[in-house]
Amino acid sequence: MIASLAPLAVEAQQRVQVDFWHGLSQPEGGMLEKVVSDFNASQTKYQVNSTFKGSYPETMVAAIAAFRAGTAPHIVQMFEVGTATMMAAKGAVKPVFELMQEAGVPFDPKVYVPAVRGYYSTSDGRMLSMPFNSSTPITWYNKDAFKKAGLDPEKPPRTWEETREAAKKIRAANAAACGLTISWPTWTQVENFSAIHNVPLATKSNGLDGMDAELKTNSPLHVKHLQTLMDMHKEGTFKYGGRDGAGNSLFTSGECAMIHASSGMRARVVSEAKFEWGVAMLPYYKGTPGAPKNSIIGGASFWVMTSPKRTADEYKAVAEFFGYLARPEVDAKWHMDTGYVPITLAGFALVSGQGYYIKTPGADLAFRQLTLTEPTANSRGLRLGNMPEIRVVMQEEMEKAFQGQQTAKQALDSTVQRGNTILRNFERTNRQ
Amino acid sequence: MRRRVIFPNKVLPYLLLAPQLAITIVFFFWPAAQAIYWSVLIQDPFGLRTEFVWLENFRMILTDPLYLGSIQVTVIFSLAVAALAMGFALLFAVMADMKIRGVRAYRTLLMWPYAVAPAVAASLWLFIFHPSIGIIGRTLNDLGILWDYKLNGTQALLLVILASAWKQVSYNFLFFLAGLQAIPKSLVEAASMDAGPARRFRSIVFPLLSPTTFFLLVVNMVYAFFDTFGVIHALTGGGPAKATETLIYKVYTDGVVNIDLGSSSAQSVILMAVVITLTALQFRFIERKVHY
Repeated sequence: MIASLAPLAVEAQQRVQVDFWHGLSQPEGGMLEKVVSDFNASQTKYQVNSTFKGSYPETMVAAIAAFRAGTAPHIVQMFEVGTATMMAAKGAVKPVFELMQEAGVPFDPKVYVPAVRGYYSTSDGRMLSMPFNSSTPITWYNKDAFKKAGLDPEKPPRTWEETREAAKKIRAANAAACGLTISWPTWTQVENFSAIHNVPLATKSNGLDGMDAELKTNSPLHVKHLQTLMDMHKEGTFKYGGRDGAGNSLFTSGECAMIHASSGMRARVVSEAKFEWGVAMLPYYKGTPGAPKNSIIGGASFWVMTSPKRTADEYKAVAEFFGYLARPEVDAKWHMDTGYVPITLAGFALVSGQGYYIKTPGADLAFRQLTLTEPTANSRGLRLGNMPEIRVVMQEEMEKAFQGQQTAKQALDSTVQRGNTILRNFERTNRQ
Repeated sequence: MRRRVIFPNKVLPYLLLAPQLAITIVFFFWPAAQAIYWSVLIQDPFGLRTEFVWLENFRMILTDPLYLGSIQVTVIFSLAVAALAMGFALLFAVMADMKIRGVRAYRTLLMWPYAVAPAVAASLWLFIFHPSIGIIGRTLNDLGILWDYKLNGTQALLLVILASAWKQVSYNFLFFLAGLQAIPKSLVEAASMDAGPARRFRSIVFPLLSPTTFFLLVVNMVYAFFDTFGVIHALTGGGPAKATETLIYKVYTDGVVNIDLGSSSAQSVILMAVVITLTALQFRFIERKVHY
């Protein structure tokens, strides 16, 4: 009896254990853990153990503290703006291209959408972290409010000029309490705004080509845009909904007729919005040379962390898990379950082939916007040290401008000056 | 006549003290020493590169206009919270000390807010004052009074002051009530021969309450400095701009969010020095004037 049980026990123990920390709350967190358990069930050699560690910043801090104590998890999920911090931590992280090579797991970064690949690769195309949940900001609009204001609900505004006109009509007809709001203010109105208009957010290809990048967000176009938002704020057609995702509820409650927000908001809009809604690409200023370009991503990727105790087997296990994640069917399922964009070209083709986009019109819009053009130096992504801190600075200066305490130019000049100080501090602490 | 108690055993007292000493060392002295150590270093988040910089972190903080702004916010915030929390607590305590019907129910209800966790308290206030979903927030906007604490710094500061003070009223109320009940009834009764309630309060009750008031002043300042993090974090996150960023919130932002341990530790050291100085000054000079 004992003898017959032994091989089973040994087999269970022999599974190589991998710790995976993530920062997705419910319901997405549960869906991510399902991906992990599907991987565990798909083979018998490796066991990935997922643990929820709080929000993205909390997960980041937990992983860093664990690394300092020599007990870093094998894999940690890190939000996109933590990329530069992780990348600079040579010795603390193992680049994905190196991991796959050493483990001998076949892996072709070309399967990924360029805007996704570029964000997480070195400028010469070597992939550093494993892309996973990605989204991009789009326009969500309230079709009922459009109808009430005499606007064509099937023709959402394409430019900023049209957006403002639409917002004015909505207010004039009192079709909604406010015309436009935004969530993730810097992601939608600065980072993606720059990409779509093909203007640099920072020098050195938005930091992808070097740590000595400097912010460029006080260009005439950036000033013009903040001024537009300030004017709209004053005339009552635009409402600032707060930092991060705080603005989302202004749209789902019906208070604002349009919002620039993450494509990943889909599940929430479906369950909360008591009105007909539609999606559209983010607007651009008419006559901007080259606009619109592809938008850039947000979301998170998976980083491999080192620890003095790591074995080759463990790295191999991580590599196999990543190989599994890159499969089109895994990507397709994740996209359809959660509303995050498909990140592999084959995943998108698979979903299209199943007729998903005919059944749920607009679900492919984010993907189409993300792949609208071949990424330029301004729309490949961004890699700025201490980006979370820079985002806070941008939001603070915007808030002061909306309060009427400073002009658009002053706000952006101050953003650039404070942001550059942060960048220089980062460069100094991470100097090789 | 004081009798000295002599313990013949030389080991036992230390053994009995050991748990408390261990807690003090592990949770107070050790972190304080660490903070001082980190405050003279500049390091990347992962601890891979460390540079010894003497007092550069301090120089950077003290010449940073944003830090000086944060000091101003903290002073306004702490004084307002202490004044409001103590003022209302005293008012309620005086009223609950009267002979009225249902006095026990009032007393119990007044103690409840103290049991509410800071994050929950903040949520409650959010549901009242949120510009679009809060009851009062909406009403204000409907009346044409522009209320939006997400964008208006003054309103945001007002809101975190109110929420923080509200949470502390219960604690102060308890102490004031106990203080009032400790005042000999004969004194008050004697005074009521030829003085009205206001005069009695000013000349007899308030001076006799001064030990309680002094104690609460210290406790409330410390509360406003260090314990209001949860409320600020949940309500405004230090914003808009930096309108509600107190010194302790800035320590958190720089240390935990921005992972700048050097600057964050230097700020902690400054805070530590401020608190030590304030407490020493208070006990040295103010306590003497308090009537015990």
